[in-house]
Amino acid sequence: MVHIVVCIKQVPESRDVEMDPVTGSLLREGAASVMNPFDLYGLEAAIALKEHHGGTVTVITMGPPQAEDVIREAYMMGADRGIMLSDREFAGADTLATSYTLSQGIRRLGDVDLIICGLQTTDGDTAQVGPGIAELLGLPHEAAVQTVHKVDEAGLWVQRDMGDMVMELSLKLPCLITVTRQVNQPRLLSFRRKMATKDWPVEVWNRADISADGPDYFGLDGSPTQVERMFPPEPHDQHERWEGTSRDLSERLQKWLLDEKFVEQGAAPWKSES
Amino acid sequence: MEIRVLKDRCTGCGLCLTVCPFAAMELSNGSIEINEACRLCRLCLPACPEDALYFAGAEQGQWNREAFQGVMVVGEMLQGALHPVTLELMGKGRELADQLGQELHVVLVGCNSGQYGQHVLQFGADAVWIADAPELEYFRVEPYANAVEYAVNKVQPNILLLAATNTGRSLGPRLAVRFRTGLTADCTYLHVKANGDLVQIRPAFGGNVMAQIITPRHRPQMATVRYKMMEPAAAQRRPGARIERIPLADAQLRSGITVHSVKTRQQQPSISEAEVVVAVGRGLKAQKDMQLAYDLAELLNGQVGVTRPLVEMGWADHTQQIGLSGRSIRPKLLICFGISGAVQFNAGAASSGWIVAINEDPEAAVFQMAHYGLVGDLYEIVPDVIQGLRERRAQHAVF
Repeated sequence: MVHIVVCIKQVPESRDVEMDPVTGSLLREGAASVMNPFDLYGLEAAIALKEHHGGTVTVITMGPPQAEDVIREAYMMGADRGIMLSDREFAGADTLATSYTLSQGIRRLGDVDLIICGLQTTDGDTAQVGPGIAELLGLPHEAAVQTVHKVDEAGLWVQRDMGDMVMELSLKLPCLITVTRQVNQPRLLSFRRKMATKDWPVEVWNRADISADGPDYFGLDGSPTQVERMFPPEPHDQHERWEGTSRDLSERLQKWLLDEKFVEQGAAPWKSES
Repeated sequence: MEIRVLKDRCTGCGLCLTVCPFAAMELSNGSIEINEACRLCRLCLPACPEDALYFAGAEQGQWNREAFQGVMVVGEMLQGALHPVTLELMGKGRELADQLGQELHVVLVGCNSGQYGQHVLQFGADAVWIADAPELEYFRVEPYANAVEYAVNKVQPNILLLAATNTGRSLGPRLAVRFRTGLTADCTYLHVKANGDLVQIRPAFGGNVMAQIITPRHRPQMATVRYKMMEPAAAQRRPGARIERIPLADAQLRSGITVHSVKTRQQQPSISEAEVVVAVGRGLKAQKDMQLAYDLAELLNGQVGVTRPLVEMGWADHTQQIGLSGRSIRPKLLICFGISGAVQFNAGAASSGWIVAINEDPEAAVFQMAHYGLVGDLYEIVPDVIQGLRERRAQHAVF
């Protein structure tokens, strides 16, 4: 029997934003929200472990009231319990304050064996919140897991894939992992479960509920980073025509490849120290 | 600090909704409400025609900037050798340290990391902090974090940079929690203001927008930097350059993670994930000329892609086909030769970061999407580029 907590987040469905280079306004189509796609893989991993070992899956999210939608969605996939951390005071959180808020929610849950997060969110792309939670709770973690094997007396068995090197690891429970899109194929939402779970409650915890044993590091005030400004990226939309002898063109291309760092440069006698 | 709405001015026109990147604004009962998603980017302020939005800032607390001096970078080991990203972090670190007039410190954690201490000092570090123990052979986050924490506590740096590799992305957030400071991921540009604040610029929303981020009241200011984004450090020996040891007690070397087995393997190449793709088409005269593409791709750490006719002729595998009926690719660099630029090919390739095309016909359609169009004979240009890059590599023999 394992108690698994999955951290999920509601994100904008599209990140096809463009910025008007003159006014600096963001041009964004629609404002539909979905569950962060990476979280679906985390949820599937948790539900699969529950089906194999028995236990419960709790999902937890921080967000405004409408984030309840992603908890309902998690119920439809197979989650047993949903917690929403929602409070005006949580607003404006950066990754540190978000990690702290989620970790306080998980603390309040008590007995947790395993925490699973998606590798990153599609609206932030930082991959920082999962490892941050692990540190705040004093747990070992493994990030960017591509294969989850099993839970046994040694703990959770996973594979670390470094491309040219594959390692088999075990993490003592309780622990935290973040998972990539390679870890599984998330199941579809079940209509039968949608019907069965439509009356299930979603617990809403506010600041007072989770600040009992910790400082007030929530929201904007608990966030060390500040977005100073946003601006459009420099487009490289030039279309240059290079003409000349083959020799000249070759030289010019080689120089460009070096300048843009597509070839290793500089002396780096790394491996050969004697 | 927060964005506030003057309800008597707000007409509920909704213009601010269209500029908010975080969907933090909602229209309710005819006026705007700002929800928890607000990141205080303040883009909404100029968008409001009624000046109904304003930024309510907070007083800055007192703290001692002068207590934090120097730049520290966390180097990385890869299978017992120094990862080249270390030199890139040092290049940026040296530049920032020079702007501040302060020292550059490098932390190296690993088994036998000690043998690289002198190397690091040849590339502009004032000090290298070495944690060298058998327990550190493979990256396990707790002892690695303990090692870096020790060096940070000794130096109290103003800036702490890590690589945005799997290791750095795991380690960085844990350290940011320990020091209760800000960490900005995947910075593409960094510089320091006169007051020592680090300006951190990173792509947001999948690269559609750039965000400029600062960490004004916490130290060290932490950022991760992607591999191959920064200029590697130049060779220079600093006066008084020194090696410091990081002592770790058994308890600090302990980890909840056990490595049971390690296997090395051949990576499966894929054109979809490759950062560099060399693409060839029917302009090749014979199948053996595919070797030109493979040779160039090898030199650029890239993969070879082809147009549909080459797959139909059996010169390449269908997994290598770029285009509408093949794969879409988005490498940082695409080099095409022997390709005229049919719509079906261009559609799968046009979102590549840089596109370089070589073609004899100045009117070839491929030049319409190419950033750099080289008008010439591929059979003269490509072999010359390959030879040139090979000679360079021989001179600098890295691995």
